[in-house]
Amino acid sequence: MVAPIIELRDVRKSFGPVDVLKGVNLKVYPGQVSALVGDNGAGKSTLIKGLAGVQPYDSGETLIDGSPAHLATPKEASRLGIEVVYQDLALCENLDIVQNMFLGREETHQGTLSNGEMEKHASATLGSLSVRTMKSVRQKVSSLSGGQRQTVAIARAVLQKAKVVILDEPTAALGVAQTEQVLNLVRRLADQGVGVLIISHNLADVFQVADHINVLYLGTMVAQLETKETNNNDVIGYITGLKSVEPSAAGAAR
Amino acid sequence: MTTTENKVPDPELAAAVDTAGGATAPGIATGYEGTIGDQFRAYIARVRSGEMGMLPAIGGFIVLCILFEILTQGDFLGLLNVSNLITQTAFLAMLAVALVFVILLGEIDLSAGVTAGVGMAVFVQLNNSLHINWFLALIVSLVVGIVIGGFIGYFVAKVGIPSFVVTLGLFLGFQGLQLVLLGNGNSYRITDPSVLAIENSNMPVWAGWLMWAVIVLVSLGSAFYDRTRRQRAGVPVRPISMLAIRVGAVAVFTGIIVALLNQDRSVSVVPVQGVPIVVPIVLAILWIATQVLDRTRWGLHLYAVGGNPEAARRAGISVAAIRISAFVLCSTLAIVSGLFQASEVGVVGSSFGQTDVLNGVAAAVVGGVSLFGGRGRLVQGVVGALVITAITNGLGLMSLPGGVNLLITGGVLILAATVDALSRKRAGASLARV
Repeated sequence: MVAPIIELRDVRKSFGPVDVLKGVNLKVYPGQVSALVGDNGAGKSTLIKGLAGVQPYDSGETLIDGSPAHLATPKEASRLGIEVVYQDLALCENLDIVQNMFLGREETHQGTLSNGEMEKHASATLGSLSVRTMKSVRQKVSSLSGGQRQTVAIARAVLQKAKVVILDEPTAALGVAQTEQVLNLVRRLADQGVGVLIISHNLADVFQVADHINVLYLGTMVAQLETKETNNNDVIGYITGLKSVEPSAAGAAR
Repeated sequence: MTTTENKVPDPELAAAVDTAGGATAPGIATGYEGTIGDQFRAYIARVRSGEMGMLPAIGGFIVLCILFEILTQGDFLGLLNVSNLITQTAFLAMLAVALVFVILLGEIDLSAGVTAGVGMAVFVQLNNSLHINWFLALIVSLVVGIVIGGFIGYFVAKVGIPSFVVTLGLFLGFQGLQLVLLGNGNSYRITDPSVLAIENSNMPVWAGWLMWAVIVLVSLGSAFYDRTRRQRAGVPVRPISMLAIRVGAVAVFTGIIVALLNQDRSVSVVPVQGVPIVVPIVLAILWIATQVLDRTRWGLHLYAVGGNPEAARRAGISVAAIRISAFVLCSTLAIVSGLFQASEVGVVGSSFGQTDVLNGVAAAVVGGVSLFGGRGRLVQGVVGALVITAITNGLGLMSLPGGVNLLITGGVLILAATVDALSRKRAGASLARV
């Protein structure tokens, strides 16, 4: 087995009297897709915000490539190679694909933008993800479909040389064909050696794309399963709390 | 299925491997490929999908020119009136350019006109009453603009008051400040010959042609510079014939204007000829500001903040700094527009600039700048100003009552906004199709 690129050990977070994360363990492996599932209020977003550096954990250990890290700010997380693609994508519709992919990290030469170089790197990154659906990298984002926008947001993370990409509900707003495109993209992302953590409510998507499934239930990681060794009903059981922690799963969590 | 070894992501390598297996060329174009014909078709497609830019304004301007030319029996496009039209446009064009910076952010500066008034009040007090050199006095009033812009920017970006409210407050307050600075009811004549010359004197004929040569060389130079940079980066460039056509069009168009202005347009025996001095000043400011917007990170970030402030913030852009700097530029350039107006009318009174700001906003909107932010270019402000000034000028020649002028200007503004809204709808429809 590969060493995990991110490992969370006994991570806790509370807001006032409410314990949202009650000692959570999580592993994300390079080149593999880990899914994080759980009902509303299970603590998925809080877990992600901790990894993104937006809302640091109260206690617990975060290991990146086996060494302890402190994710206190988004910049810190980004520096360590963690990129989050949020549900609302945060793209500027009035700018084109290249400008969005490089936003805030533009390449310049003597103070002026190196548009040619950025265009080339953006094309290469999109090419590496086998993206073929766009007419031009100089297209405005306002003219793109939802799936294409998701692609731009993911490619943006890849362009930052992310080691781990966290995707928050990437297929929530998409149609069937576009969902398929994005899931293929997620797979290719992992094939490049990136560790992918995907949050989704759609179990069909999760079973299609993920290697591991982590189930959060009321702030506790109740199951960490290999996709191959489980099925839809089991996962639903864990999500709804009808099924409790199996000894083997508890062992794996340790 | 899954790869077990820990591969380092290498986009270029992966791209090479990927294209080897599937399609022959990288699947995504850049918009720079193809022949002139392809480029032209792509342009038409963009226009049809709603990205019309300033095309409606240019079209409108041409229609107005033809209309007024017929209605005034040839006076409108006569040599004398063409130069008049240009000098009359200068101040509104400058005001519109100033406003475009904040409109691009989706903000507004209602105080731009009275800011020009305050700046000019300071100027005349220094120049007329204290006899300070006009250039020094101008520098001081520009600094006043920087301070005013910084004040607005601080309250908008840091305190979080809508720019409409902050600048409405200043619009009211500065009318009082103008009275205080000039003394109740006083007005001052502009006496300095250099200042009066800006709008009322012309360059020698040779200087007009020198300006033309500089324009052609700069557009040729920057086109080649961009081309070489793209080539060096190894990305496609447009056909060289297209560059030639573009620079050729600039050369011919500006050449005709300069040639016309270099004719004697006098109605008496003393010859009046040459390009008005204000023209190269406006062009220089417009060119520099456009370069800054198009080629620097600051310019790109201004568009980004105008398009989606939250996305800009998450990308690490300092949204507050961008906002403050845009307001500073707006107020400072507004004072430059005030200088042009003072030079044109020759008097600075206590109501100087009070009715101008909405004309400036109208010019930007007529030119195709979106009030929602993120869409528009500086030159569109100039074209819009040309349209609005042409209406005033043409109706003036026909000696129609002033009310008609305002009615028509208002109608044109609503027409321009309608064109913008319809083109947006169209863009939305094409978005659904993609």
